[in-house]
Amino acid sequence: MLHIKCPHCGMRSQNEFSYGGDASIKRPELGKEISDQDWDNFVYNRKSLRGKHWELWQHISGCRQWIKVERDTSTHEIFNTLKANEDIS
Amino acid sequence: MQKYSIFNLVKNAFSNHENWDLAWKDPTPKKEYDVVIIGGGGHGLATAYYLAKEHNITNVAIIEKGWIGGGNVGRNTTIIRSNYMHDDNALFSEFGMDLWRKMSQDLNYNVMFSPRGIINLAHSDAQMNVYARRGNSMRLNGIDAVLLNREEVKEIIPMADFTENVRFPIFGGLMQPSAGTARHDAVAWGYARQADSMGVDIIQNCEVIGFDVSGGKIKGVRTSRGDIKAKKIGLCVAGSTNILAEKLNMTLPIETHLLQACVSEPVKPVLDRVVTFGAGHFYISQSDKGEMVMGGDLDGYNSYAQRGNLPTLQHVLTEGIAMMPFLSKLKMLRTWGGIMDMSMDGSPIIDKTHIEGLYLNCGWCYGGFKATPASGWTFAHTIAQDRVHELNAGYSLNRFNTGHLLDEKGLGTKTWIS
Repeated sequence: MLHIKCPHCGMRSQNEFSYGGDASIKRPELGKEISDQDWDNFVYNRKSLRGKHWELWQHISGCRQWIKVERDTSTHEIFNTLKANEDIS
Repeated sequence: MQKYSIFNLVKNAFSNHENWDLAWKDPTPKKEYDVVIIGGGGHGLATAYYLAKEHNITNVAIIEKGWIGGGNVGRNTTIIRSNYMHDDNALFSEFGMDLWRKMSQDLNYNVMFSPRGIINLAHSDAQMNVYARRGNSMRLNGIDAVLLNREEVKEIIPMADFTENVRFPIFGGLMQPSAGTARHDAVAWGYARQADSMGVDIIQNCEVIGFDVSGGKIKGVRTSRGDIKAKKIGLCVAGSTNILAEKLNMTLPIETHLLQACVSEPVKPVLDRVVTFGAGHFYISQSDKGEMVMGGDLDGYNSYAQRGNLPTLQHVLTEGIAMMPFLSKLKMLRTWGGIMDMSMDGSPIIDKTHIEGLYLNCGWCYGGFKATPASGWTFAHTIAQDRVHELNAGYSLNRFNTGHLLDEKGLGTKTWIS
């Protein structure tokens, strides 16, 4: 089982979290004219890296906050966690 | 190639079965091929076989980083079915059912195809309505479908939970009698043996390092066993699709996820159908050895681990026990995981790409095994003719861009939607 350190609550087991996908994906700006390809990239296209991957998780059975987690997708090792509004350095 | 037959079996018995030919050779890669297929799984082997058989293209290499049949074709729960509602999925899968029925004869290899029928259980009136609609759609496409009520289901699978006051009572189910199972390793080996006999080079322990692309055309592939030139290259790498796409500077509507399966200790024959739970994601059948073969949901987060986590297994087996309480008495024999190429609409992609001579076969989600022959057949057609066949026209790569999604279940990578 994964153990994820929620930046708000501390170390918790994976059961309390739900997964939200790639954290590097940014929604196109509201009201800005963008191409179909940009929408495609935002909605569907993913790099799905092997190795270190920044991803969103929600502490759904805890504080209910969204957080960012840096995890290795081939070893499941977790390196770092951030609050949702903190930038990935 | 030595034919497998009762006569050859008897003949070889006199020499203690020591003189059988090798099923396939172990060639060193040539400098150049007409077609290189990357990925020696079921789909890649089937593609090479149909390239040779249907299109007379035999200067073909399959390159595989591990050993053939070591990936998802050896890790699935062996279910074969065509119980789809949408035309694109239904016609493609039913075409595959025909190939399954003929496969053992066609390949001269017993793939132990067992058309024992699949039952999708329904647990509410609404679900019965949905199944009636799906069953009717299937029948319109020439696929057998039978809507069963509670009593009829009980007659077929009395070991399911038909007691009162259960959380998800069984209202009935949708059965496809012609669906079934097959021995998955035999499918890989059967295709490999026939492809090899027609001149295809099966090159194992050969990992792709990069691609040679110039002027928008594919020129060849760089591998751990040297550079190989090719006019056409087909990608059939399932859970490694994103890794190779990155080497091609492509970003695909695919995420790589982990799916687990497990078998119980072997028990006496108890279940002679494939059954799926309708209030969650759980499927079960009994193997010829007597093991209960079970599977369910994705682990739910991107993974290349080929190794699962226990919370998902617990969740899946909880559903199993809700459906068939006797399962709680069984001991688990083995669990394993495979990495899935999950497409965003839950349907596969078999298409050309923006690079001339590069073809893509991926996005198989939960349903790769049963698609093996149809996928190989249509992918071989797409590569040989440089155009998609009408059977895989719906499996285009640009459907995500144009909005023509094939959202049979509307699931894709987002398991929490179910």
